[in-house]
Amino acid sequence: MSVMDKLADKWHVDRRHTKIPLLRKSTLTERKARTGWLFVLPFALGMLLIYLPIIIDSFCFSFLFVQRLDGVRTTEFYGITAYQKAMTQEFWKTLLQGFEQLLINVPTILIFSLFIAVILNQKMVGRAAFRAIFFIPVILATGLMDSINAQDALSGGAGIDDGSGDSEGGLISLMDAEALFSSMEVGSGLVEIVVGLVNRVYDIVNYSGVQMLIFLAGLQSISPSIYEACQIEGATSWETFWKITFPMISPMILVNGIYTIIDSFTKSDNIVMSYINNNLNSITPATRAIGNAQAWMYFAMILLVIAAFAGIASLFVFYQKRD
Amino acid sequence: MEQQSTAPKLLKNTKKKIRVDYEGKTSSGKRLQLKLKTASFWIDKVWYVFRFIIMLGISYVILYPFFSRILQSFMTFEDFVDPTVSLIPKHWTGEIYKFITVENHYWTAMRNTFFLSLMCAVIQTFICCMIGYGISKFKFRGRKLLMFLVILTMVLPPDTLRLAIKQHFDSFDFLTVQAAGYRGIIELITGSPAALNGTFFPFAILSLIGCGFKNGLYIFMMIQFFKGVPDELEESAYVDGSGAFRTFIQIILPLSVPMMITIFLFAFSWQWTDELYTGIFLQGSNAPVTLASSRFWSQIPPSLEVSGAGKSLYQNAIFNTAGMMVIAPLILVYLFGQRYLVQGIERSGLVG
Repeated sequence: MSVMDKLADKWHVDRRHTKIPLLRKSTLTERKARTGWLFVLPFALGMLLIYLPIIIDSFCFSFLFVQRLDGVRTTEFYGITAYQKAMTQEFWKTLLQGFEQLLINVPTILIFSLFIAVILNQKMVGRAAFRAIFFIPVILATGLMDSINAQDALSGGAGIDDGSGDSEGGLISLMDAEALFSSMEVGSGLVEIVVGLVNRVYDIVNYSGVQMLIFLAGLQSISPSIYEACQIEGATSWETFWKITFPMISPMILVNGIYTIIDSFTKSDNIVMSYINNNLNSITPATRAIGNAQAWMYFAMILLVIAAFAGIASLFVFYQKRD
Repeated sequence: MEQQSTAPKLLKNTKKKIRVDYEGKTSSGKRLQLKLKTASFWIDKVWYVFRFIIMLGISYVILYPFFSRILQSFMTFEDFVDPTVSLIPKHWTGEIYKFITVENHYWTAMRNTFFLSLMCAVIQTFICCMIGYGISKFKFRGRKLLMFLVILTMVLPPDTLRLAIKQHFDSFDFLTVQAAGYRGIIELITGSPAALNGTFFPFAILSLIGCGFKNGLYIFMMIQFFKGVPDELEESAYVDGSGAFRTFIQIILPLSVPMMITIFLFAFSWQWTDELYTGIFLQGSNAPVTLASSRFWSQIPPSLEVSGAGKSLYQNAIFNTAGMMVIAPLILVYLFGQRYLVQGIERSGLVG
């Protein structure tokens, strides 16, 4: 006889007919749900004890500066001044450039990685080898190699001929292409963008590794019977792509778009990030506070951009209903 | 009798191909002729060629920098001054390798990095799997909040937190906000917070709480993976009297091995080349040197100091050589794990 039943007896309540829960015992599902906490315990505790304080501190460091040297704590208070000083003309200009880059980069990377993923998904000669080569950037061209690339670019670009055509005798020289396109009477802005993209093909390939992987996985999960039905109905592969593949892959476009935005925003070779890092690495605490303030403003803008992208993209995403 | 002769005759029946012969079959020559007249046949052929060329071209773009870096690493200083040398060195030498190995302590750095990456990868794979399982399969209160926190760790640029992370591990303590300036738990017990920078402890701690390098992404991948695992699997285990942890270890873990291999590969190789956290935690000269720390790759070995024209080119070649030496062991890892990359993500049900 449980405690609840004893109480019920005492108060002459027939528990079978009462609707009022008397300190209801939790159900099995609820108890099961609670064991979930055991699994997330490391994360929850770590967040509370270690990581959230770090985040809060980073935010506070844009208002004040705390330093501990040999147990002595010194505090300098800046208040809102760091934010006022952070909003320089130069910062806005860099931001604008950063967003411009993003506006070109994200669609390019998405289209490129989707295109390559579609090709890698088809049966062709040497597919295994191509797959192995195309995923090299995922593993090898991150972190350290990024900064080595950046250093090469800094020292005049002539350091390493990466085959992208920055150096002499490359794939396309800007002048030739411009001459060609201007005779075709296309806008010069467009020409610049296109030539810029072609010259940065190395970067684009390196940045779209993970996206290709995700797209490829998405493509492989589309049921072949749909394609078979299309073939029997007489659809061309062009129609099949736009009517089947594209809608089915659209959730991945959303995921990849967000991933690309985050990735290119937070990469340290992004111009805004390197501008902020310059401030963050400074020796004077006041400049570091400005850097922190800029970093947080930048972060707020990233959130806005992601929210806007997710909002717009989710209007067009098609989810296949599964029972 | 009549009917038997018109029935299709089986010529060949293998796994891939079935060939039959029947009366009134168009001869293969005629079929080819008809095929050649259709447009789609030619479009297909043009597409095959075009596709192959594009694939080759992009493979070239990916592989060429590695070739040119490797070739440059064998050049002597004279080759960099010599304008006639562009790709193939005139004087082959291994001295860049020799001096980097000896004077930048390649083998020590490699050992340290291997230990560090292996530790982080093992911890992160397991912890992220656990967290992902907890969030995706249990409907406890506060689940949405945790999900939000996971996404927050993904979205926050690590550079933003750099200063705060450095200070927190300089004087490590639980539940301290340094800006507010109160004492944490460790300080209350032992009198002073622990100085952890310059050791591998910060990496281990961040990995253990699932907040290490790119861990948000791993947790997210795991959550998506477990969404695709049917609930009935666990339910039947529960009905048979298995507890939550036993179910996790005996049923869920074996199931998620492909995904875990993918995450292990990511964690291992991204930790191997991660210079961000290495730069924060292992900065001082007393700290163990790893391959990703600037003390290994962006330091010119004293014996290779040069001056004069072509200096910056030569220095870049040294950095690049160091970079190649850093990723050389990863290539082995990649060759082994490459096929798991697609497989793991494919089964993750990341789709929808």
